[in-house]
Amino acid sequence: MSGPALAEAIPAVVPDRATPRRSRARASRRWRRAVSPVVLVLAWEVAARTGLLAAEKLPAPSAVLATGWRLARDGTLGVHLLDSLTRAALGLLIGGGLALVLGAAAGLLRLGDDLVDPPVQMARMLPHLGLVPLLIIWVGIGESLKVTLVALGAFFPIYFNTYAGIRDIDERLVEAARTCGLGAAARLRHVVLPGALPALFLGLRLAIGAAWLSLVVGEQVNAQTGVGFLMMEAREFSQTDVVVLGLLIYALLGLASDLLIRYAERRTLAWRRGLRAT
Amino acid sequence: MATRTARDLTGPLLTARAVTRSFGPAVVLAGVDLIIGAGETVALLGGSGSGKSTLLRVLAGLDGDAGGEHTVHGTAAVVFQEHRLLPWKRVADNVALGLTGPDVDDRVGRALAEVGLADRGRAWPAELSGGQAQRVAVARALVREPDLLLLDEPFGALDALTRLRMQGLLRRLRAQHGFAALLVTHDVEEALLLADRVLLLDDGVIAEEVPVRLGPTPSPDDPALGALRRHLLDRLGVPAG
Repeated sequence: MSGPALAEAIPAVVPDRATPRRSRARASRRWRRAVSPVVLVLAWEVAARTGLLAAEKLPAPSAVLATGWRLARDGTLGVHLLDSLTRAALGLLIGGGLALVLGAAAGLLRLGDDLVDPPVQMARMLPHLGLVPLLIIWVGIGESLKVTLVALGAFFPIYFNTYAGIRDIDERLVEAARTCGLGAAARLRHVVLPGALPALFLGLRLAIGAAWLSLVVGEQVNAQTGVGFLMMEAREFSQTDVVVLGLLIYALLGLASDLLIRYAERRTLAWRRGLRAT
Repeated sequence: MATRTARDLTGPLLTARAVTRSFGPAVVLAGVDLIIGAGETVALLGGSGSGKSTLLRVLAGLDGDAGGEHTVHGTAAVVFQEHRLLPWKRVADNVALGLTGPDVDDRVGRALAEVGLADRGRAWPAELSGGQAQRVAVARALVREPDLLLLDEPFGALDALTRLRMQGLLRRLRAQHGFAALLVTHDVEEALLLADRVLLLDDGVIAEEVPVRLGPTPSPDDPALGALRRHLLDRLGVPAG
């Protein structure tokens, strides 16, 4: 009988008791936060079913999902999604690659800073989506317009974060690496790159957001394929369910890419959680 | 670390002649001459802003804008006031930074064991206490088997107890490995306990050189120490209480 009583008296037991209570509180809070979105979707469903919302203005969420399922099954959705993803990937690769090279040149070299940074700072003031008329004259209304828009959108966040990431590296760490006999290339690999990585990830996340935004605008200009084309075509035939489906897909693409980046960030930047890990 | 490569250790390890450094109109070093022999520990003492850290940076080859000449015969390693470990590398990888060869792991393990951190190789620097991190920094310098260790107020940021332990560790390591050391410090006691020779940096030049002869394991209670301490404190402008 005295055994359990003694165990109760040991203070180490206290956190064990407190932890489930706190995690239970956190779980219940998470459920509470899910209440209002669910209620909103349900209200939308009910309003659409009862005719409160006209079907041509806003169809029921269940109808949108049914349309999505139909388009996915006959392969239409896959084709358009693939085209949109290709444009986004190509634009990100071109714009991001260029931004990485120029940002590194400006961040690492004084000459690069003097030559590259002023024009980039000036161009930053231009809203890149406002360039569409000029871009149409330059590259036409074909595929290159969409890719160029995405590349432009992705360029600036990656450039600025590469630049800032390199500039924010603690000079004393670079110095310590020098006293350990590291040459310029080795310092770049062991100090500059890992030091700038958190900023690079931030830049990439912002760039992907800008890429989706550019794609939404670009695919509304004379596209023959892509999620944006699907929406524009549906608008002409008043297929509101397809328009809403397109919006939903854009949102899911943004969400999925953000989750992917966050996962990669957690894997690569494990050292930042070092304090919490033990 | 027992396998020291044979080097010509007959001449001085470090010679510096007429080292100058100014920041704009402010002259910090106005012609410093310095010679350190093999196995010798020299403390560089001076008030704050006297240029002692500047001199160490010049000698470590980290300051390209200094005048005069300085040569290190052999290898040098640096321990800074802050540990300066790369936060994105585990402790063992920080120690191994810049090392090559098939036995790097062994050497790193031995160096970490010598500073009493054999089991923390997998830890991130952020998980270490200030004293542990500084010990890793010492291991990172030691693993290079330096002929000369340049120490820039290495224990200045540590609490008093940890500082005493680190001073003991440094004395032990020096006895084992026989490296020479230049210890920059503002702590008179530390300079006297660790060094064979104390140099006083004032007005940009070596103003005084004080040999310390307290035996191999000096005790803080040695009466000879008190007289030396009083003298150095006077020179640093701290009046007797």
